[in-house]
Amino acid sequence: MSENTDAGKIDLNELKSGGFIKQNQKDLFTVRLRVPGGRLDVDKMAKIAAVAKKYSKMGYCHLSFRQSVEIIGVHIDDFDAAVKELAEFGQPIASCGPRIRVPTACGGNEYNPNGIMDAQKKAMEVDKELFGTTCHHKFKISFSACPIDCARTRGMDLGFQGVVDPHWKDDPCTGCTLCEKACLEGAIVAAEDGKPIFYREKCVYCGDCIKACPTDAWTPKRKGWAVRAGGKHGRHPRTADNIMLFLLDEKVLDFISKTVEWYNANGTRGERIGTTFDRVGVEKYKEEVARPFIES
Amino acid sequence: MGENVADEEIDLRGVLCPINFVKTKLKLEMMESGQVLEVTLDDGEPMRSVPRSIKEEGHKVIKVEQFDDGYKILVKKADS
Repeated sequence: MSENTDAGKIDLNELKSGGFIKQNQKDLFTVRLRVPGGRLDVDKMAKIAAVAKKYSKMGYCHLSFRQSVEIIGVHIDDFDAAVKELAEFGQPIASCGPRIRVPTACGGNEYNPNGIMDAQKKAMEVDKELFGTTCHHKFKISFSACPIDCARTRGMDLGFQGVVDPHWKDDPCTGCTLCEKACLEGAIVAAEDGKPIFYREKCVYCGDCIKACPTDAWTPKRKGWAVRAGGKHGRHPRTADNIMLFLLDEKVLDFISKTVEWYNANGTRGERIGTTFDRVGVEKYKEEVARPFIES
Repeated sequence: MGENVADEEIDLRGVLCPINFVKTKLKLEMMESGQVLEVTLDDGEPMRSVPRSIKEEGHKVIKVEQFDDGYKILVKKADS
């Protein structure tokens, strides 16, 4: 029982927006925290642990598949106190239901040498600006900093994956063939003199050639995001459609907003955006949403 | 004085990633800036990873040479 009626109202609102998930155990709920990109400041982590220790009746947390910390076994009567204590150090609750969920992301490009784009920064921005936006069904967004795609963008309603366009100059090239070695796609084959022949159709834009080149004959011409949409997992998985390449970093939020607008206008209640694509055609989405973002 | 003459050598055939890179790094740390280290590597993953990591550390691969049992690469130590 809550101690006053105001607190009781907060309970209801919190429950509606999700983040509290009913468990098998009577009156116990899972409290899902909002951890965009799965990055947790170490001080915050310790404080979350203290709250979990105090309120979990089951004595453990679970790391959700979307990178959240979930405190398992919180009694319904403790919601207010737990939420308040979490809020004291700026830790909000996540969401469930038909809305933009907390974005997920790989580690990004700050410390991982494979990273091309700053996936962490984008996840934070999306969480800040667009989290909770309502739509027809759940809407999952993820960011992978490179084509290894640890954040599984092909399984998201909207996924962004870092890409870099390699550009080769003859002058600095010594014909060492390290780029051929570096390329896992067979997109670079060394000619007789060791200099590269580039097969663009095989390139996945990972930038390994740029990273391997000892003389900077390979350089990044442009960087951006490969955009995929309409993916999901669950009972009936659907692989996302490739929408476009090299979306500019500063256009990502706008792209998401336009996509959700389109989805709200063209989708029907309870269907994921991939189902909308299957019904009205992904070409319609590409034409109406993606085309203006493609640089000519 | 050709810069393609090695001051030191290290044979890392049969050594797995990332230990081969770590050994290269440690060897380079014991050398002077501008000196050249010859690193012998197996083809495959080592040739994919080690030269790239060397570049990330700021050193320069100045020559790559294939021979019948792998590769020899010459690495010039960066100014510290």
